[in-house]
Amino acid sequence: MATDLATVASPPPATPVERFRLHPRPNSGTGLRWLNDLREAGLDRFGRLGFPPARSEAWKYTSLRALETLPLEPVAASDRLIAPSAYAPLPLPPELNRSRLVFVDGVFDPAQSRTAALPAGVVLAPLRQVLAERSDLAEAHLGRIAEGEGQAFISLNTAFVDDGAVLHIPDGVDLETPVELVFVGHAGDRPLVWHPRILVVAGAGSRATVIEHHAGVGGASYLANGVTELALGRGARLNHYRAQRESLQAHHMAMVTAHLAQDAYYDNFVLSEGAKLSRNQIHCVLNGSGVTCRINGAYMVRGRQHCDTATFIDHAYPHCASREVYKGAIDNQARAVFQGKIMVRPDAQKTDGYQLNRALLLSEHAEIDSKPELEIYADDVKCSHGATAGDLDADCLFYLMARGIDRDSARGLLIGAFLNEAVDEMEHEAARDGFRTLVADWLKGR
Amino acid sequence: MVANVETIDQVRAVTEQKYKYGFFTNIETETAPKGLNEDIIRFISAKKNEPTWLLEWRLKAYRHWLTMAEPNWAKVGYPPIDYQDAYYYSAPKMKEKPKSLDEVDPELLRTYEKLGIPLREQELLAGVEKPAVAVDAVFDSISVATTFKAKLQEYGVIFCSISEAVEKHPDLVRQYLGSVVPYSDNFFATLNSAVYTDGSFVYVPPGVRCPMELSTYFRINAENTGQFERTLIIADAGSYVSYLEGCTAPMRDENQLHAAVVELVALDDAQIKYSTVQNWYPGDAEGRGGIYNFVTKRGACRGRASKISWTQVETGSAITWKYPSCILQGDSSIGEFYSVAITNNRQQADTGTKMIHLGRNTRSTIVSKGISAGRADNTYRGLVKIQPKADNARNYTQCDSLLIGDRCGAHTVPYIECRNRTASVEHEATTAKISEDQMFYCQQRGLSQEDAVSLIVNGFCKEVMKELPMEFAVEAQKLIGISLEGSVG
Repeated sequence: MATDLATVASPPPATPVERFRLHPRPNSGTGLRWLNDLREAGLDRFGRLGFPPARSEAWKYTSLRALETLPLEPVAASDRLIAPSAYAPLPLPPELNRSRLVFVDGVFDPAQSRTAALPAGVVLAPLRQVLAERSDLAEAHLGRIAEGEGQAFISLNTAFVDDGAVLHIPDGVDLETPVELVFVGHAGDRPLVWHPRILVVAGAGSRATVIEHHAGVGGASYLANGVTELALGRGARLNHYRAQRESLQAHHMAMVTAHLAQDAYYDNFVLSEGAKLSRNQIHCVLNGSGVTCRINGAYMVRGRQHCDTATFIDHAYPHCASREVYKGAIDNQARAVFQGKIMVRPDAQKTDGYQLNRALLLSEHAEIDSKPELEIYADDVKCSHGATAGDLDADCLFYLMARGIDRDSARGLLIGAFLNEAVDEMEHEAARDGFRTLVADWLKGR
Repeated sequence: MVANVETIDQVRAVTEQKYKYGFFTNIETETAPKGLNEDIIRFISAKKNEPTWLLEWRLKAYRHWLTMAEPNWAKVGYPPIDYQDAYYYSAPKMKEKPKSLDEVDPELLRTYEKLGIPLREQELLAGVEKPAVAVDAVFDSISVATTFKAKLQEYGVIFCSISEAVEKHPDLVRQYLGSVVPYSDNFFATLNSAVYTDGSFVYVPPGVRCPMELSTYFRINAENTGQFERTLIIADAGSYVSYLEGCTAPMRDENQLHAAVVELVALDDAQIKYSTVQNWYPGDAEGRGGIYNFVTKRGACRGRASKISWTQVETGSAITWKYPSCILQGDSSIGEFYSVAITNNRQQADTGTKMIHLGRNTRSTIVSKGISAGRADNTYRGLVKIQPKADNARNYTQCDSLLIGDRCGAHTVPYIECRNRTASVEHEATTAKISEDQMFYCQQRGLSQEDAVSLIVNGFCKEVMKELPMEFAVEAQKLIGISLEGSVG
């Protein structure tokens, strides 16, 4: 039979870049030229960059080859109609009054969301709504904080930026009720991808607490490619916490960029326990003197999970302090990666920088790759970092067992205490208690 | 105490001339034509009467090198190097191979005298209080003399130039050359494998404790010449050797390339202590001239309970790119790295170590002190890798940086890869400056500003300096004072 060339289906695109080009462009904010330009520029940059190559320094210990071959598809309207099965909510005290925005597979779900009474001028809304009603707000900040240059996943997110959460707090406003942002991944029969965007603009002297909760339902495989942009004005104070509990087949990217103005106070904590492959990337730019930047976290992984943490604290002005404590427990054949960098630029005198990464290897096949890095160009600074890796201290274990506690319980106690040392860095008490519960729950699953 | 007084004197003595080894020896030389190609490699090999296997090995390296790209990951910046615009062989002219020192060109002997390196054994022996050190003197591309050979032979210790070793002990060389740093290892090591001209060879037989310190003194003299030396040290079962290395070069406005390879092999229970005082010409205050020091140093602890210890004081070179490493293969083997790196003016140093733990109960210690002044950049870059079979491996790393002035940089880039739960890896790093209190304390007691800096920096480096053999420690202390001259005030 003669082959009719026209009927031969063209082969599926080989590279992720080509595949993403076929994804439909988002339909939100139509008519906003700046948004269209932003997306096109993002797609162009992603086209140039592609997924980070193996052996690139920023992704030295994390292979994206499996993700690259995954035939990811965009979320279709039919997917959104499925009601989310009950995901485990974040164990926060029930009496804690809070606003909540829920996103299912990256799309805002008004049925599950509720907004507490907000002070005048505060905007808390899904991005699609902001693009429709207050596009000036988005235009002023969207894509201006997160830098796409050399950041393939940020560019990819920008290319398809559509929904997500926007929180805008005017100068001097104290947002007493915490904001909970819930992202539920529950994709079904085929691997989906979505690109949630979070934008928080905290005016001068404002105060707020944002708690992100990323939950997965079932064993779905998907890529949640999130980007968070934060701008803290002078003297603003933001608590920003994330519990990452994606499905164990999921790929989770969280690229956070924070611009901190003079005297701003930023308290960040990330707890990673979900996802097959996760990347927690935080880039803080200290844009004025007197800034305090706290980036802490804990990771608990098992099975064949891969958890990558990459932080960069850029001290550009004098008299700033940064503190970073990351602790992790790695079980089975799981692998954790920590790359933390502190940069002190020439004029950033009197910088106080501290960084610590400690990892517990709980099984003979667990692996930790750690790269704490200091790059310092100012002389009158106090900077130190430390890193350790190894098993639990045998003496501590002996101490507990000598008092009649069996080995497993004793190990559990010690691992819990080890991880909670990082959790205790969180400054918001109710959130801290919730995260401690997550640690305890994870230990029960041992 | 004495040393401190000496340091002070030394600092004063060199106020006029900061780099006292910057002179040039006018001596007739024999050079290969400029450039790099297979003919030059054949020329070098023929000059040295090398066997065919070695020439083949060189050519294999050269062909591989052509396919390689210069590494760019280090935190150093320099204009591209034109590898065709250099001489790869330059040797002082000699009629025949000198049989004794009397036949060596007196100009050469005077050069080493000026450098303070005694090549005459009797002179050494006359000074009873000084312990004897056997010296291999390498001038540009060749070894000009090796002292105390006869005495060492009594113990069965082989200490000679590597060219001589190729002739006299080909089996040993063939067995170990390239076994730690293979010809394809990295850009500069591969270049070295293709064009290396000389270097030292040491073999210590089983059970022998080498009766004296062995030392090689490297001198770059000729213009536009790269120095590519290759050192191979083998410590057989149960032996011990302490080896020192020193280097200087004339002051010139051009940059000169130095790409050396050092391979150490320690068998069962053997110990190698390798100390370096690197004082290549660092370039002037504006960053003109100076040596590009791209060196691959690696030791293999092959035997059980073997030990390799690297101690380095890096004060010279415009650019230092150097990571003396230990491969801890044998169970219970030990690797150590003690380093002081000082950069001033426009110097750039990217240096550190790699500790690869393969065997059980292996231990490693890293102590690195980086001092940065002027507009220099000083980076510690290190890798600690614990492989799955390295049960109970231990590592302790301490990296301290000291900044003098607000236009220099100090960076710490450690990589820690741990794949064994029974291992314990600890890394600590700090960065600070000399505090005003410390300076005030010293100056109030009558020390000048520069003497105070020298004293404080020597204190900062003490943990490393105490690892140096005594003769070297004194020299190194002086060097620290000199290197930091003019950095304060």
